Amino acid sequence: MGDKMSGTIITITSGKGGVGKTTATANVSTALALQGKQVVAIDADIGLRNLDVVMGLENRIVYDLVHVVEGACRLRQAMIKDKRLDGLYLIPAAQSRDKSAVSAQDMITICEQLRADFDFILIDSPAGIEQGFKNAVAPADHVIVITTPEVSAVRDADRIIGLIEADEKGPARLIVNRLRPDMIERGDMLDTTDVIDVLAIDLLGVVPDDESIIVSTNRGVPAVMENNSRAGQAFRNIAGRLLGQDIPLMEIEAPTSWLHRIGKLMRRP
Amino acid sequence: MSQTRIDIKGTSYGLVIHVGPGDWNSLLGELTSRLEHTPSFFKGGRVALQVGPRKLTQRQLEHIGDLLKSHQMSLWAVIGESEETVEQAISMGLETRLDSPQVLRPSDEESERATTRAITDEQSAILVRRTLRSGQSLHHAGHVVVIGDVNPGAEIIASGDVVVWGRLRGIVHAGAGGNDGAVVCALALDPMQLRISRYIARAPARELDQENAGRNAPEVASVQEHQIVVQLWGIR
Repeated sequence: MGDKMSGTIITITSGKGGVGKTTATANVSTALALQGKQVVAIDADIGLRNLDVVMGLENRIVYDLVHVVEGACRLRQAMIKDKRLDGLYLIPAAQSRDKSAVSAQDMITICEQLRADFDFILIDSPAGIEQGFKNAVAPADHVIVITTPEVSAVRDADRIIGLIEADEKGPARLIVNRLRPDMIERGDMLDTTDVIDVLAIDLLGVVPDDESIIVSTNRGVPAVMENNSRAGQAFRNIAGRLLGQDIPLMEIEAPTSWLHRIGKLMRRP
Repeated sequence: MSQTRIDIKGTSYGLVIHVGPGDWNSLLGELTSRLEHTPSFFKGGRVALQVGPRKLTQRQLEHIGDLLKSHQMSLWAVIGESEETVEQAISMGLETRLDSPQVLRPSDEESERATTRAITDEQSAILVRRTLRSGQSLHHAGHVVVIGDVNPGAEIIASGDVVVWGRLRGIVHAGAGGNDGAVVCALALDPMQLRISRYIARAPARELDQENAGRNAPEVASVQEHQIVVQLWGIR
């Protein structure tokens, strides 16, 4: 990202709700800022704002995205500076409005303005495939699709990937969230290979299921700030890969070995 | 006068019943007996009535609507050349063109238009060179060839054969409209549901691993003795 003043716009989306879009946006944004990048995270989930809570900034909100769109404030005024990191900002969603308060063109206009001052603009998409999703994806240079290793979440991710392809956004990349090695071992959970097999897109990272995420979300301190969180490490790796660093998958991330797969085959009745 | 004046066709728009010239009551009688012999396949289907220059009153249209309803079909469109018939149909809330917007698949996504087609040339085949993903649906009056996968949640409905050079894991309906001779082949045939003409086969209850399991040989499905049979490709 050496060219200064031309940031990359990345939207994080999933289709299904509750698979970790907001957590991923907060953590990847924070991890990028930890690496010295200028980052702004935008909460595009108008009416159900969350990103401010996960980043621990909810009590600093004066203006939000809808105020910017309606001209009630300048873009700079709605940007909340992170309390720990210098290069990190948040543009919160409005809590009292709905998705119709912002158009796709509004999002494009705002993001193009931000591009000049930031290395990364990350957009937290709402769940679903309606207007809110379209708004969030409209300005994106790249799209990251996040899913959990569940058949229903993978089905929705597949739908989203189809919509993104139709939009000619270029190939989406995948984060598999909340993987539980013990369940995979027992054959009770899809493993990363199963997910990739259906979705057939590049894997950006795998995040283990980690209780510390719930704690950090409640405290408003993204897990990447804590050195002993495994999920935090996975998100730091993802940020590194976005910066073009060649970081191998962590042990839990690596697709299951052939030996293990044979083991699974044998156990099948 | 023994010529058939009622013609029932399955199309990508649903059933189209063509009503020829002649005495209305004897036509009604013929339609009734045809419906009685129509396979249950058409139950739940929607019907477009093609009446040519014939003038139909509201009562006659209502009558035919009731008749279809008694066979679990619904009348949604009347296509006629007579202005009175068309006006009558409109006043009853029926469509008067096959290609009116709501005839297209229930796809509200503009961006998906490209993936949803309705073509009426019986002989044509189309080639799709990409993976069909969940929620994408391909309708074609003719044959369909896909180079790519058909993922769970995607569907293909064709009046002819369906060939998938990849993994078929979605819903496929070949020979839609009543062609028992249609076949479905795929490199990995693992559909959620496979229909040929009016026959339906369902995948066995899913095990977690199964998304990936599959049999690793190309297979072909066809109708033999009134049921869908899947065989390894090459052993026929």
